[in-house]
Amino acid sequence: MSFDWSSITGALPILWQGMIVTLQITLVGVLVGVLLGTLLALFRLSPSRLLSGFSAAYVTVFRSIPLVMVLFWFHLVLIPLVVGLLFPGRRLELRFITALTAFSLFEASYYAEIIRAGILSVTKGQFSAGLALGMNRRQVMRLVILPQALRRMVPLLLTQAIILFQDSTLVYVINLDDFFRKAYNIGNTVGTLNELILFAGAVYLVICTLASGCVRQLHRRLTVLPVK
Amino acid sequence: MHPLLLSSFGAFTALSQANHFSLLTSHFSPSALIAAFDFSVFLRPSPESALNNLCYLLVGLGWSLLLALVSWVVAFVIGSIVGVMRTLPGRILPFIGACYVELFRNVPLLVQLFIWFFVVPDITPVLGDWFKQQVPPIWQEFIAGTACLGLFTGARIAEQVRAGIGSLGAGQLGAGLALGLSRGQVYLLVLLPVAYRILIPTLTSEFLNLIKNTAVASTIGYLELAQRSASMAETTSRVYEAFAAGTLLYAVLNLLVMVLARALERFTALPGFLGGRR
Repeated sequence: MSFDWSSITGALPILWQGMIVTLQITLVGVLVGVLLGTLLALFRLSPSRLLSGFSAAYVTVFRSIPLVMVLFWFHLVLIPLVVGLLFPGRRLELRFITALTAFSLFEASYYAEIIRAGILSVTKGQFSAGLALGMNRRQVMRLVILPQALRRMVPLLLTQAIILFQDSTLVYVINLDDFFRKAYNIGNTVGTLNELILFAGAVYLVICTLASGCVRQLHRRLTVLPVK
Repeated sequence: MHPLLLSSFGAFTALSQANHFSLLTSHFSPSALIAAFDFSVFLRPSPESALNNLCYLLVGLGWSLLLALVSWVVAFVIGSIVGVMRTLPGRILPFIGACYVELFRNVPLLVQLFIWFFVVPDITPVLGDWFKQQVPPIWQEFIAGTACLGLFTGARIAEQVRAGIGSLGAGQLGAGLALGLSRGQVYLLVLLPVAYRILIPTLTSEFLNLIKNTAVASTIGYLELAQRSASMAETTSRVYEAFAAGTLLYAVLNLLVMVLARALERFTALPGFLGGRR
């Protein structure tokens, strides 16, 4: 019933190690996710039926299964399979790689939808205008549409990054020691599980509240001049 | 620590290690993989259920769906109340609503679940002891999962409801008040019935998110579909079949919900509004 917060100060260095893992997963997930997501969005909007079909299937599959299931897939099936093909007969520590891959590929499907919506929000007239000026499709995309679309998407992309930061706690199911898992383990060994869970929750709450406040501020600043 | 939790972690670790080992030592080729796909494994009796493995997974799907449905009721009620609170005049009620939404949106779902499962029963004086001693484990997990997913999803629905009411404009509220309805009546009879209809597509995707989020309950040992796929993979050593089946069941459930929601939308459409006949 009563709380004992004394174990937290001693645990801080270990928790910080976990936080680094969490931040690495978030950072890689956002960077690779946005990169792949942009590709998927361009595929989806391309005239080629094969590419747009592939992109649609990719997004639908990843968005219809739970993240926990995706992590299981990568942890128990896909990563061991690929590594077994590439480095037969070797045992490697794969959980971190698994988490990075799973989150990058999973987030790509979410970023693809955000980016696609952003591209579609730039009016069609601009595309035609670009073509009329003698640019080819790729140039119009790169020089006219994407710079505007990306600027408009920044708040949404950052919000998704905050969601990813929170979702990275789910590496719990593949036994990877991120911030929350470390907190849980310490609490379990020391016997102050409640305190550490609450402390971890408070840390996430503070970080995410501050971050979403910043995103809101940025959103306000970016929407001063509506581009039409 | 919860005994079920311990056993499930043990199982996962053992499973992943055994699996990595067997995959890395044997030479692997994709064609052999497809040839090795064995569907009869679903009809074999499951060591953890009275029936075969397929039934084992289907029961897991049932538990997932039950958790999603009960949590949805909680989330819908809370989301509606908080969403309406945020549109009311005055300072205090909208502020409380905003705090609720910020609190539940800015703590990871897994952390919230652990708070409901481990922390809340410990710090609740009488009810907590009853919960820990008298309630069977599966219902402990279910209740914690429902509280967690209900309040978490409630915060998201609150945002939708607020946006939905906001999209109707002040005219409807003013017209209702001018006709002599009380504020409560205007909300119940005018604003909400229209707002819910507009919100059906977004609420559908919230429900789909909720179904996916039930998989998080596997971390406290709730034997839903994802957990049962992993556990079937372990007991049968048929990793591919087990996860393929689990994934397929999630996809089918997704599809089913989407079709039903489309039907609901058509059934409740109002003439003159988005999606309704004019």
